[in-house]
Amino acid sequence: MPENDSTPAIQFQGVGKRFGDNVVLDGLDFAVAKGDRVTLIGPSGSGKTTILRLLMTLEEANDGLIYVDGDCYTHEMRGDKRVAIPEKRRSLVRRRVGMVFQQFNLFPNMTVLENITEAPIHVLGKPKAEAVASAEALLEKVGLADKRDARTMQLSGGQQQRVAIARALAMEPEILLLDEVTSALDPELVADVLGVLRNIAETTDITMLIVTHEMQFAREVSNRVLMFDGGKIIEEAHPDEIFTSPKNERTQEFLRAIL
Amino acid sequence: MNENVVWNWEHAAAVLPQLLEGLQITVLATVVGMVIASVLGLLVAIVRRSKLRVVTFPVGFLVEFIRSTPLLVQLVFANLLFAQFPSLAIGCVVLGIHYATYMSEVYRAGIDAVPKGQWEAAIALDLPRSRTWGAVVLPQAIRNTLPGLGNYAISMFKETPFLFAIFVVEMYTAAQQYGADTFRYMEAITMAGLLFLLVSYPTSLLVRRLENRLA
Repeated sequence: MPENDSTPAIQFQGVGKRFGDNVVLDGLDFAVAKGDRVTLIGPSGSGKTTILRLLMTLEEANDGLIYVDGDCYTHEMRGDKRVAIPEKRRSLVRRRVGMVFQQFNLFPNMTVLENITEAPIHVLGKPKAEAVASAEALLEKVGLADKRDARTMQLSGGQQQRVAIARALAMEPEILLLDEVTSALDPELVADVLGVLRNIAETTDITMLIVTHEMQFAREVSNRVLMFDGGKIIEEAHPDEIFTSPKNERTQEFLRAIL
Repeated sequence: MNENVVWNWEHAAAVLPQLLEGLQITVLATVVGMVIASVLGLLVAIVRRSKLRVVTFPVGFLVEFIRSTPLLVQLVFANLLFAQFPSLAIGCVVLGIHYATYMSEVYRAGIDAVPKGQWEAAIALDLPRSRTWGAVVLPQAIRNTLPGLGNYAISMFKETPFLFAIFVVEMYTAAQQYGADTFRYMEAITMAGLLFLLVSYPTSLLVRRLENRLA
């Protein structure tokens, strides 16, 4: 597919996901433009996190197609049959997508620096010196330059999460998925992590998909909010609009409950 | 000389050189057997995680088969089947394979104990399978398996007397030979038992310390 800026960074086409009898996503269609910062909100079980996990290939959709920058990701249509794309091709798309997890998921057997350089060296094939230099720059950016050689277990939750952000950025992703990245943190550590993310939002044009309960943060960083309920988008709007005057009744209820 | 007593210190001393020679074979068989068991056990653990039933089924069957038959029978059987190989080599390999089936369970538990988030982070970074296993999962899993490995090493060490059945002169066989030559079994077997204790007890203390350190 020819590349141009009108190609969405992410596109879901009729995506369905079931866990047993539980339908989490049902024929979901939506697109995210390049450079967009989209926040997904909605009650738990509404399918927000599943969307991120599908984009990271941690789950596999039962129906529909997912495109990343115009490329088919996990499945494609051959004639009228939906067929799985082999791992080798998925991998080429996957490395353009990065994810930060609620539980950080740093590798405890590696130092902070090794966590960040592991993928650039072994996935992108960067020379070690180059990977180390950019990892150091990223650590500087997240305010942890002095923790370079620390073990991850010696860090606070907020520090671990900032390392995890640096680790994801080291792959120079086009798309960054943030899955409740502050939910496991002590309240006093949340601000540092959000500060780092705000800085990234301001200084890069990475497309971001954010699942969060930090509505103030969502309002500052994102330019679009999607409200999910029962595996469907029931409302979408600019954050200023949805947070001040939501139209859908379920959105009003939800926002009343959490704000 | 008073020959009638149950215990004679002179015999207890005289048997020692032979026993120490046998002990070397015992330790050798344990070390080689343990190397085979740790490598093979790991391979079995990894293969059994595969989703391909054509692979997991035969391996699973073999593991159950080996675990459900006595080590002694396996030793004698292998020795008959591969009569052209030295008995000591056969003994080491059979010990190794036998214990690999137990070690594979230790590895399996160690691998299962690595949090799911670690696998997911590896996928999110698009790490190849080989790096996911080699750099992320196994270094964490093997840490969990070290005490189990130590305990099986001790238990294998104590089972080496079965090599008696295939004529490998390890420590127990050496004691038997001394007894047959001198009719002083009591001293020979007692001293052999003491030597087993002398090696395995300190080792078990070491393993326990390792366990505490890793816990």
